[in-house]
Order: sequence, then structure tokens, then C-alpha cells
Amino acid sequence: MTGFFAIILRELRTGLRHLSDISAVLAFFALVATLFAFGVGPRTLGDLAGGVLWTAALLAAMLSLDRLFQPDHDDGGLVLLILSPVPLELVVLAKVIAHWLTAGVPILVLAPLLGLALQLPEGSLPGLLTGMALGTPILSLLGALGAALVLGARRAGVLTALLILPLVIPVLIFGVAATDPANGAAPVLFLAAMLLGALALCPWATAAALRQSVL
Amino acid sequence: MHALANPTRFMRLAGAVLPWTVAAAAVFLAAGLWQALVVSPPDYQQGETVRIMYVHVPSAWLSMFIYMVVAAGSASFLIWKHPLADVAAQAAAPIGAAFTAMALATGAIWGQPTWGTWWVWDARLTSVLVLLFLYLGYIALVNAFDDPERGARAGAVLALAGVINIPIIKFSVDWWNTLHQPASLTRLDAPAIHSSMLVPLLLMVAGLFMYFLAVLIIRMQSAMLVRRSRALGRVARGTAGSRA
Repeated sequence: MTGFFAIILRELRTGLRHLSDISAVLAFFALVATLFAFGVGPRTLGDLAGGVLWTAALLAAMLSLDRLFQPDHDDGGLVLLILSPVPLELVVLAKVIAHWLTAGVPILVLAPLLGLALQLPEGSLPGLLTGMALGTPILSLLGALGAALVLGARRAGVLTALLILPLVIPVLIFGVAATDPANGAAPVLFLAAMLLGALALCPWATAAALRQSVL
Repeated sequence: MHALANPTRFMRLAGAVLPWTVAAAAVFLAAGLWQALVVSPPDYQQGETVRIMYVHVPSAWLSMFIYMVVAAGSASFLIWKHPLADVAAQAAAPIGAAFTAMALATGAIWGQPTWGTWWVWDARLTSVLVLLFLYLGYIALVNAFDDPERGARAGAVLALAGVINIPIIKFSVDWWNTLHQPASLTRLDAPAIHSSMLVPLLLMVAGLFMYFLAVLIIRMQSAMLVRRSRALGRVARGTAGSRA
């Protein structure tokens, strides 16, 4: 377990050392939301705010995935992580947790602010935040699988988005549904269920993808 | 399955089976098209446009079936290291993508006269569209590596992740759809299909399935030849290098 926490700490430290990466993701998140405001026009914006914020968050999360495994793959550290006594599934989980803390949580913090700017309806904010608190870890988990699959591929960035975005459609659907108070607790519960499912399955699939990337 | 694991034996068997599959596809498709376009009656509500069904429905079925073929091939490649399973999965994927695109296109052409619109964000249509994206992602990933072996393994993991996700996507799209719009446009009452329409439909299903098998065998044969020529090239370069 010490290895597990050591990897989380290492990832956080390197993540915080590259603060410009985190701020670039946040700037992208805000920029996409602003683009929607220009594209849709101010009048109908309030109705769309939940969907716009979720879509922007998905795209921003895609942008941050390349730093999960790519640096380790480039400098050979990935082989050492695979050979280390810590099970690779736990290594993946540690990296996903660190990724969520440095990409998901900042998005979560910025979301209410952007919600205000996009005239998100009054009662929608709690649903948006609970939804995002449950949904962004799923993005990190599925995103880690995508990032592991494209290691060493050409045009890896675009490819990750092409692989992962269809798989996260359910998160988008239930996340946006959670912003409507009329839907009650059901979407939040579905998001929680998907998070548990992803938590159980994704580290194994990602570890398999990582192992075959260095064979 | 394991009898086919020997590439040479597979090539011999595939060469023997292929003419029969092509002939079966031709016979079934000719009979099916004749039945569908000439013999079968026009629908009393939809008129002649109902004949699109004879292409649309088999394409939609095959689009799902072929994804299962890709997933099964990927699984047996990853689990048992079956040396032909990844060839089969990769050969099947573009055919599946083509059938998915055909199901969507014929659906749009059918939807225009019957529903009055080319596209609705209906649960089924949306799921099939997502299936097309899954196919395209798989094909893009398999071809994204300089080392084809690496692309095969990454693609296999992705195909399995996709197959676990498909029921979740299907369910969530259904949920989203009932939330957004009442099922009004697509509520065509589906009475038990009459035999005059069932016979051509089944003939078309059989014909297109045989067509899939024929194209799959041809694509697998050419993939094996490419693999063999690449291996020969490596050997040739190796001997040339040792001589120099």
C-alpha cells in the first residue's frame, strides 16, 4: 500500500509542477463554454447550460489524458512501473486518482462559476455538482484506458477522443439529467452505479492495455 | 476452432469454401431481390417504400452480429492467443462498419417518406450511430501503429471494452429518449409480419450473411498474404544484412 500512496504523491507532485497543464485544461473548459454562449445566443442559454457544461467538461477531460502515461512511456518509467512489486492495476488506480485530483477536481471547482455565467437555472446547481463529482472520476477511469491503448500510436490525441467519447455518452446523458431537479435522484444513482462499475473494471482493462504496449 | 489455428490449413480450407459461399450469396441475393422487388406485395400503408426494409433490416442485424464477431475474435485472440482470431476481427470490422452505414443510410431514405424526416434522435437510431463510431474508433486504433501486432492487441482490448459498454449505452440512450420525447414518430404498429414479406426478408438475410462470409474470407486471405510477404521481407532483409 505504501507504493500505492507513493505513486499518488509522485503523480500529484509532477502534476503540480506543471501547473500550466492544469490551467490550460481549465482555460479550454471555460473557452468551450464561452463558444457555446456565442454559438447559441444569450436567450436560450439557460436551458442548455447543463448540457453545455457537461460537454465542455468531457472535451476538457480528453485534453488532459495524454499526461497520464505518455511521459512514463517516453522515458521508460512505464516498464519499471510494470515490473514493480505494486500490482499494475493498483498503479493504474493511483494514477487515475491523481489525474482526477489534478484535472477532475479543478473542473468541478470551476463548473459553478461557469454555471452562473451561462445562467444555469437556480435549482440545477446541486444536481450539476453531484453529477460531476460522480461523473468526472468515470471520465478519468475510461480516459486512462484510452490513453493506455494509444501509447505509441500516431496522432494519439485525436485517437483517444475518438475511442473514449462514444464510451462516455452514458455519463453525459445521466450527468445532464441530474441537472434537472424534476428527475429526482435516479440519474445520480445511475452515475454512482457506473462509477462503481468503472472502478471495478477499468483498472484491469487499462493494466492489460499497458502490458501489451511494452511487449 | 483449434483445427483452424494452423494458417496453412486455414488457407486451404478458405480456398475450398470460398466459391461455395460466393455462389450461395449470389443465389440467395438474386432470389431475395426478385422476391423483394417484384413478388412481394406493397404495404397497405407505406406503399412501395416498404421494399427498403429488405435491405435495411438485414443490414441492421448484420451490423450488430459483426460487432459480436469482432469481439469474439478479439477475446479468443487475447485469451487463447489464437493466431487467426485477430485477423478475423480486423477483417470483419470494416464490413460491419459498412453494414452499419448502410443501415443508417437506408433508414434515412425510408424515414423521409414514412416519418416525414431524414433523421430523428430516436433511441434505436442513436444507438446504431454510436455503434458506427465504435467501429470507426476500432478501425482507426488498429491502423494507428507502425507495428501491426501492437495495433491488433490494442484493438482487441478496445473491442472488449466496447462490448461491455454497448448494453450500458443502449440502456442510457433508451432512458434519454423517453425523457426527451414521447415515442410518437416511430410508433408504427408492428403486426406479425406476413409470410409474403417474411420469405423475401429471410432470403435477403441469408444472402447478405453469405456475402459477409465471402468478403470476410477474401479479406482474411489477403491479410494472411500481406503478413506472409512482410515476414518474407524481414527474412530477406535479415540475410542481406548479415551478408553485408
